[in-house]
Amino acid sequence: MAGVDWHLMNRTIGLWLLVGLLGFCVLPWYVLDDGLWSFEWLTDGYPFDTDYAPALFLLLQGEKLWLSPVPVLLSLPLLGIVLSKLIPTRGRLLGQMLCLAGVLGLAYMLAQGFAIGIRGWNSELLTQAFGELGDRQFGFGYGAMLVCVSFLFFLTTGIAARGAVNGDVFIVGAIGFVIALVGMFILFPVLNMLASAVQDGDGNYSLGVFFSKLFSSKIWGLHCLTENRSCGVAWNSLVLALCVGALTTLLGLVFALVATRSGMRQAHLLRPLTVLPIITPPFVIGLAIILLFGLSGAVTTFVADLLGINPTRWVYGLPGILIAQLLSFTPIAFLVLIGVVEGVAPSMEEASQTLRATRWQTFRTVSLPLMRPGIANAFLLGFIESMADFGNPLVLGGNYDVLSTEIFFAIVGAQNDQGQAAVLAIVLLIFTLSAFYAQRRWLGKKSYTTQTGKGDSGIPAILPRRVLIPSYILVGIWSTFTIVVYGMIFYGGFVEIWGLDHSITLKHYITAFGVTMTDNGLHFRGSAWDSFWTTLRIAATAAPLTAAVGLVTAYLLVRQDFAAKNAFEFGTMLSFAIPGTVIGVAYIMAFNVPPIELTGTGVILVLSFIFRNMPVGIRAGVASMSQLDKSLDEASLTLGANTWRTFREIILPLMKPAILAALVFSFVRAMTAISAVIFLVSAEHNMATSYIIGRVENNDYGIAIAYSTTLIVVMLVVVLLMQLLVGKSKVGRRVAQKVPPTV
Amino acid sequence: MTTNIGIKSKAASVEFKQVTKIYGGEVKAVDEVSLHVDAGELVTLLGPSGCGKTTTLRMIAGLEMVSSGSIFIGEQDVTLLPATDRDVSMVFQSYALFPHMNVFENVSYGLRVSKLNKKDILEKTNTGLELVGLAGYGDRLPSELSGGQQQRVAVARALVLEPQVLLFDEPLSNLDAKLRRQVREEIRELQTELGLTVVYVTHDQEEALAVSDRIIVMRNAGIAQSGSPRELYEQPADSFVADFIGEANIMDVQISSVDDHAGLAEVSLGNLSLRLASRGMSAGPAKLAVRPNRIHLLAHSDVPSLAGVVKKSTYVGNHMEYVVATDHGEWFSISDNVDEVFRAGAQVQVVFSERGPVLLPD
Repeated sequence: MAGVDWHLMNRTIGLWLLVGLLGFCVLPWYVLDDGLWSFEWLTDGYPFDTDYAPALFLLLQGEKLWLSPVPVLLSLPLLGIVLSKLIPTRGRLLGQMLCLAGVLGLAYMLAQGFAIGIRGWNSELLTQAFGELGDRQFGFGYGAMLVCVSFLFFLTTGIAARGAVNGDVFIVGAIGFVIALVGMFILFPVLNMLASAVQDGDGNYSLGVFFSKLFSSKIWGLHCLTENRSCGVAWNSLVLALCVGALTTLLGLVFALVATRSGMRQAHLLRPLTVLPIITPPFVIGLAIILLFGLSGAVTTFVADLLGINPTRWVYGLPGILIAQLLSFTPIAFLVLIGVVEGVAPSMEEASQTLRATRWQTFRTVSLPLMRPGIANAFLLGFIESMADFGNPLVLGGNYDVLSTEIFFAIVGAQNDQGQAAVLAIVLLIFTLSAFYAQRRWLGKKSYTTQTGKGDSGIPAILPRRVLIPSYILVGIWSTFTIVVYGMIFYGGFVEIWGLDHSITLKHYITAFGVTMTDNGLHFRGSAWDSFWTTLRIAATAAPLTAAVGLVTAYLLVRQDFAAKNAFEFGTMLSFAIPGTVIGVAYIMAFNVPPIELTGTGVILVLSFIFRNMPVGIRAGVASMSQLDKSLDEASLTLGANTWRTFREIILPLMKPAILAALVFSFVRAMTAISAVIFLVSAEHNMATSYIIGRVENNDYGIAIAYSTTLIVVMLVVVLLMQLLVGKSKVGRRVAQKVPPTV
Repeated sequence: MTTNIGIKSKAASVEFKQVTKIYGGEVKAVDEVSLHVDAGELVTLLGPSGCGKTTTLRMIAGLEMVSSGSIFIGEQDVTLLPATDRDVSMVFQSYALFPHMNVFENVSYGLRVSKLNKKDILEKTNTGLELVGLAGYGDRLPSELSGGQQQRVAVARALVLEPQVLLFDEPLSNLDAKLRRQVREEIRELQTELGLTVVYVTHDQEEALAVSDRIIVMRNAGIAQSGSPRELYEQPADSFVADFIGEANIMDVQISSVDDHAGLAEVSLGNLSLRLASRGMSAGPAKLAVRPNRIHLLAHSDVPSLAGVVKKSTYVGNHMEYVVATDHGEWFSISDNVDEVFRAGAQVQVVFSERGPVLLPD
């Protein structure tokens, strides 16, 4: 066990012991109705009132006696340190004591948390075994949480002391922390939801009910082929996702080709397009489509007048969702494919041309095959995005039901059938996870990257004419359409009543964002201010946490080697494939009851953002860390710095641009998210997006659009500011490897 | 170079005892290697890419952990110590200068991490910079330095910690040819002056010959031969070493008889009969290695020689290169005489100089 730094080890144990004691002796053990930070508990009977008391005071008063093993387990590491000073083979003993304390402590905390709830024993079996408890408990508060955290780090420190990852306390701790987070906030809710799917209405487990729900004709019916009824929601979702995947890939490829290989000077103007989906809340495009093609939409009424027919609701359903999703997700495909197209080494194409292939032959036999994995990747991405999209189908779906919206209606509708929602969520999850799995297994291993670190002096081949001309036409149509759509969004906010009264007015903005001066200063009178400030506050809280979790995970993935790293990576990227609606349902099911009671709080929103957006942080971190020469870390290590110090002093400063990017993107995504949010908002914590959806449902389009425009402008400003900052911080940063000029 | 230096050496020996490194469960990067480096010695690990030399170096640093075997630095068993806790510094191929720190911060990084007091840090860092001739460059960023200067900063950064062992991983490969010679001389000078223990990895045999007290040639995860530069060049253990260090003509020959008493073997090659050091070999097939500069071409020869025809004759400035075809293979020869040359097609006699040919095992 020579690899372990015992000084650091003892200090680490001391730190977590302190944290554990703070949780056990000082902070309120159970969750507080008013929250910890209101500090109402301090003046309201603390530390003796059972609702506010720390565990120590509870036990001293003879309450909640099932907590009494906790202090015993907490003191195990202390015993370990003392004993290990006396016995020479201290590594083994201390490591074992720590692991024991960690495992037993975590297990006991979870066991008592799940066993005893607000109605005493949580299960009939326990009541039969131990008799009525005659007592109850609420969810974990800060006290219980800190104790759990200290047990977790006892365990990781113990594993390090036993020699894992060469005895590195920081690395093992970071791995354990990320695993615990992913386990608690992704795996637990999802598995919990799966479990509730196999329960019938009374909470009994029944596979029969599960299978009858899973294979019901509402999900898998094929009536639409034979009669004039709609098909099952699963087929609807699948057809939509396949169309969107294929079309966005095609459009994305066309855009990427025009941007890089058309020789058109203005092609670089296409790049800002990629910013659009980032700053646009997903359903806003749907709103614009309604303004254009809805019953009283501009285009619909124009065409109807022209042809003398009655305007129809044709756009509601598959056509509308398809158009909206194409507009929303094509830029994402473009973003993926531009990297791929640029990754094809020009010298390959030049080689082909010198071998007497024409431009068309070169494109067909060399360029296109080399882009194949990227094309498949873009398709799967479009497929997953379409499956997961909630806002556009909600706004435009009409009678065309898809899985993500059906899940929502199963929960909030008259039926309030959590089991049904869980079953639908499982079907949706199977689709997205299969696509995600295919993407990782099938594409992960193939590499067609032809660019090496060596410079390629070739010039990208210009596209053949028969590809170029259709491409120009497509790009032209799409761009015009996008401009019109965004124009509509902007214009729509200033119109009295769309379709009826087109006089220009500011009233929507005043209703939403009115401000008056009063004697007490500014009064934010507008109806949107509440949700606006909540959104800003929650997004701003979630962003740094998301970036931190993402970057630490990225560091572990890129720079460290440990057992089961592939499984670790798969687990952390998993939340990308879990649609927001699924996360939303899973969260309200999992965190509505003790031991973790979070529904109705802002915390649950923050948590959902962290774990929904974690992959963004991870990707940003991985991309930027892969560009840092690994010998920088190694140099720091050989100079005597430990991994924590290396991470802090070398990696973090060099990753400033990536950190900033992760911060801004998680902020912006938190502001535009709707799918998970709509399940998790409460009267107290309403978010901008769910407020807007509420307005849309009341046919109050004016305010909805005015608010959407405001959000887009705010986020555009944020993104532009970031690009300005990132652009600046790149100065003075350079990859260490430098080829000297040859004399 | 100043003589009154504030940087001392704590040079210690390095010892590998049957060290094996396995990657991914099967690939053996280093296979049962045992080696010893004396305190104050400069030893080079030389070999083609993939031979395990860099892995060996990284195991000394603690950047890779052994799969089996043990490593000693001085008296201490460091096998399980991570890089952070080993008293070893390393100069990286890419220099690995921290781009967000200036030269002073780079050089003083290790001292700051070791929590020295401010005065010592300042003093040692400045001494280190002086030692590599970069006094006054403290405020510059690495990106504002030339390749050679960056390299010196990397050396200073490693030196100021007064490590027990200093490691160099192909330190010259990013420098251009003229600078290489100068920098390697400086490194050697610093090493002898401070009495440092240095382990140096390179794939450039000329560099290895020039800087080393001793060279360890590695091949296929093991040690092919270890010895002084002269030993390796003049007495290679086998055809791999002979071919890897410098160029060599290697021919199949027969040992007709061996005189164990005198340690001499009788070798015949055409009408030539050579008496060479037997090097423990017995009669039978063997290989003969001859350096190109030990082969002389003559128009006429009185001593026994091989008759041949010049196939190629190339003028390369300071010497001539010839390829001569004989009944016993083609020979590559170089000659300093650039004034009287043989043209292609000329009939010549091939003569080996006294200490030229060396027997190698088949």
